[in-house]
Amino acid sequence: MEFIYEVDGGDFGKAGNASSAVKKILKQLNVHPKIVKRTVVALYEAEVNIVAHAYKGIIRVNITPEYIEIVLDDKGPGIPDIELAMKEGFSTASPKVREMGFGAGMGLPNIKKNVDELNVSSEVDHGTIVEMKTYL
Amino acid sequence: MIQIYHALKVDKDICYGCTHCMNVCPTDAVRISDGKALILKKRCIDCGECLKACPVDAIYVEQDDLDNIFEYQCRIALVPAVFTGQFPTYVSEEEIFSMMKELGFTHVFQAEFMVDVINELMDEQMKINNEKPLISTFCPSVMRLIQVRFPALIDHIASVKPPVDASAAFYRKMLQNQGVPDCQIGIFYVTPCAAKIAAIKGWSEDQGAVINGVINMRYLYNKLYAKIKNNKDRDRELPILPHLSSKAIQWSLTRGEADNMKGRCLAVDEIHNVIEFLERLENDEIPTVDYLELRACDQGCAGGVLLHGNRFMTVDRMKRRAYQLESVAGDVDWKEYAEIIEDRNLFVSKIDPLPTISLDQDFQEALKKMERIRNLMCYLPGIDCGACGSPGCQALAEDIVQKKANLSNCVFLQRMMEKNKKLSSEHAIRIIERTWGRDRLDKDCKKIGAKNEGM
Repeated sequence: MEFIYEVDGGDFGKAGNASSAVKKILKQLNVHPKIVKRTVVALYEAEVNIVAHAYKGIIRVNITPEYIEIVLDDKGPGIPDIELAMKEGFSTASPKVREMGFGAGMGLPNIKKNVDELNVSSEVDHGTIVEMKTYL
Repeated sequence: MIQIYHALKVDKDICYGCTHCMNVCPTDAVRISDGKALILKKRCIDCGECLKACPVDAIYVEQDDLDNIFEYQCRIALVPAVFTGQFPTYVSEEEIFSMMKELGFTHVFQAEFMVDVINELMDEQMKINNEKPLISTFCPSVMRLIQVRFPALIDHIASVKPPVDASAAFYRKMLQNQGVPDCQIGIFYVTPCAAKIAAIKGWSEDQGAVINGVINMRYLYNKLYAKIKNNKDRDRELPILPHLSSKAIQWSLTRGEADNMKGRCLAVDEIHNVIEFLERLENDEIPTVDYLELRACDQGCAGGVLLHGNRFMTVDRMKRRAYQLESVAGDVDWKEYAEIIEDRNLFVSKIDPLPTISLDQDFQEALKKMERIRNLMCYLPGIDCGACGSPGCQALAEDIVQKKANLSNCVFLQRMMEKNKKLSSEHAIRIIERTWGRDRLDKDCKKIGAKNEGM
């Protein structure tokens, strides 16, 4: 079953809406609380990344009896060096974003910690695609 | 399946299915059926929002008969500080407590007596607990909310008993040490809320109940205040309890705990605020907080549904009382009780998850049901009018897949079906009557707001 959410860049007040919706769905599907938590934490981080860095994005969540697959596809500046972005503490977030408590450079590493498979691909000046998968 | 006990009940003779309760319930636990409110046991957390919203007092709290205390030789009233906060300041604690003895209690003890011990135990636990923040066990409604809606946060909950339970355990032990047989000890908590009744009545045998019954605070207040008003003999010798510390008196108010715990402590009160906060906490959106005090009622226990007075006045009175005691550390001689207090097992307990929002225990089945819900939502109007007897379109869709309602319950879809000749007008009326009762559509000038109200 597929669920689709749109995310606007720059609107931190709405960051977390998609994660909360997905959380409710996973709970209704009787997914183990630990897996719900891990998935939602990863999704929230990725959602905030779109809000903080991109202009807009689409989140596609696909739930099957075997796994939860989430693909976040954004239009934005892209990531020039993905390996560097995966390092803890590295961030390109603006001071304004940091002031709001985001952009500590923990996003991607934290996502990696909370999912079974993670794939990040990016094209500079075009956008980033984050694919994550968690097995049930 | 664990049977959950609930203290909130609907008096079907009084209820007229007005939907106020259904609209305010924070966990979507109310439905209207046959013209009456129906509380779904699996979802209810006994917060009492429905009781507050009911315009005709059809929702009530199940309580123990005061006469039940006479089953015991040693009859203890366990009184929280908010109880004395109900009375005007010219009525002294001593007068209140002595009147309680006239009602038949042999002892009056304070529910917050154990606050210092609890405070210390929680500080210790905060140091070793891996999960941050540590969540207080104080509010039973919040505990149930976490059990049913936020099971992933269970590990955050402290294992220290709330003051009332810890104090009950303490007093029971103290009386036993004084030679009173356990079967003769009856401890009755004077409760400001429904959730505490549910928590106490919901105890299973093996958990070892330390509280034997609950007395509705509003009921006791009315009884006592009438007695006090008629009491001419103000000057006689009256029993005095040790004074609580200023901290203990304010413990049940908002920030009562947070202001006394170490580290970064946050207090959130009122059930909708608590739900919103827990949602965020579960998403890891909350930066590091060491301790979390959560209360279902606005202003903490002073906002309890069974309190007589205005909650802000109650807070003011309690703060005044606490202020008078600020210089005093409370006159409890802890040394006297060293042996009991050292038995830390008396003050700890554990809370288990009871997740209840899943559509089905089986994942495949749940997935199928969710697919159906999404499909049904294509047809439902999405205006959450509640005319179907469920609190909103999503809730109706969920009820339909759980075979508890039909698509034709929706009044808008009824019109469509009638237009397409799939439903006769007579049948549509019968559906409405099933939800709202037989005479719902009859003219009634005696209803609230109508021209003959009260006549």
